[in-house]
Amino acid sequence: MSFWSQAFEIARVDLTVERRLGDTIRIVLPFAVVALLVFPLTLGVDLTAISRLGPAVFWALGILFGMQVALRQAAHDDQERRDLYALLGVDPAARFAGRTISGAVLMAGFLAVLLMAMIVLYSPRLPEGWLGPMILSSILVAVGLTELGTLAGEVTAGLHNRTALASLIVAPLALPLVIGASQTLEAMARDAGILPWLLILVATDLALAVAGVGLAGPLEEASR
Amino acid sequence: MDRLIDLDQIDVSLGGLPVLRGIDLDVGPGDSLGVSGPNGVGKTTLLRLIATLLTPASGSGSVLGASLGTPRALAIRPLIGLLSHRPSVIPELTLAENLRHAARLAGADVAKAEKALRVVGLDGVASRRAGASSFGMLRRIEVARLLITGPRILLLDEPFTGLDAEAQELIGALVARTTSDRGAVVMVSHDSGHLAAHTNRLLSMSLGRLEQKS
Repeated sequence: MSFWSQAFEIARVDLTVERRLGDTIRIVLPFAVVALLVFPLTLGVDLTAISRLGPAVFWALGILFGMQVALRQAAHDDQERRDLYALLGVDPAARFAGRTISGAVLMAGFLAVLLMAMIVLYSPRLPEGWLGPMILSSILVAVGLTELGTLAGEVTAGLHNRTALASLIVAPLALPLVIGASQTLEAMARDAGILPWLLILVATDLALAVAGVGLAGPLEEASR
Repeated sequence: MDRLIDLDQIDVSLGGLPVLRGIDLDVGPGDSLGVSGPNGVGKTTLLRLIATLLTPASGSGSVLGASLGTPRALAIRPLIGLLSHRPSVIPELTLAENLRHAARLAGADVAKAEKALRVVGLDGVASRRAGASSFGMLRRIEVARLLITGPRILLLDEPFTGLDAEAQELIGALVARTTSDRGAVVMVSHDSGHLAAHTNRLLSMSLGRLEQKS
């Protein structure tokens, strides 16, 4: 079976499992929306401030709760399944790619719902033509965060408290994604170019993809 | 190939603790070896070593001609089948979906999965979620998976635990098929009676060392 066939098969099964478990839709998403709802309450009745902070709160909550989406697979990935995949001849890099595909699809959906909730709750003043760059940056964040989560899951495989450790790895490394995504919209509002910020996101995604594919095999062997 | 499994003075440590010590083992085509011993003496670790899932701390060895701990050893993994004492399934998928998933990843024809389901007697409950299935059913799914992949080396970890007579016969048939195809079987269990009935050579294990069965 080819690399991409294995990757798509793993992604397909991951999404089937997620559809049946509903971790993201039933647990992570409601909490993220509640956090979005609670935040303006702490600012009192300053509607201008609430409207201005909307996109920033969206990215902060999107990335924080998105980490939970990205790391959810680490919790399900036990030694038996890793052994089984190895003995079925699954390329560890294909497993990384598959996990990234499924996680990115899930995360993109999660961010889309959170974005709509933010627009309804905060009524932000968005610059003209915001939708295209927002969709693009959301997709790039979804891919990057999933790559980071999958990589952190691999690094911590076999360790005790791996989910907590993985979060500690993801948080600082997600910084370029936070900056790139939040500044894309800010740059549009200032009538400045958004290309540098989008390039930061693309470069981060590419670097994580190279690291993930390159390290998948050695990390899998080291986890045993 | 004279020897499918050839281990020479191998030590294995897990988490810094020695688990296997000075393991010498030869298994040739058509051989079936039983290893008995109480819990915690290293039987599962021995199987994971042969499955190339562990690297020796010292000593040397080869499986299907590939030296352990080398990149070539990773390439022969699809020729090895491991029936673990904890069935490896995805609980949210049905029994049939688990099997089809394994077939696709192994690059096998998915139709083989349907046939294997019938052989292990699970075609009537194929749409049951694995997470809601009994241990015996999950064991049968693992047997079905081995029927699809047709491994050259079959490694069985406590294969008869929790199985009814019919399922035990399936394991026996799998062992017979592998040895008649000039493959090798290594079976570990704390139950010497089952081992004697299904293997042609017996060893015992004590504190990480293999010994001739007395």
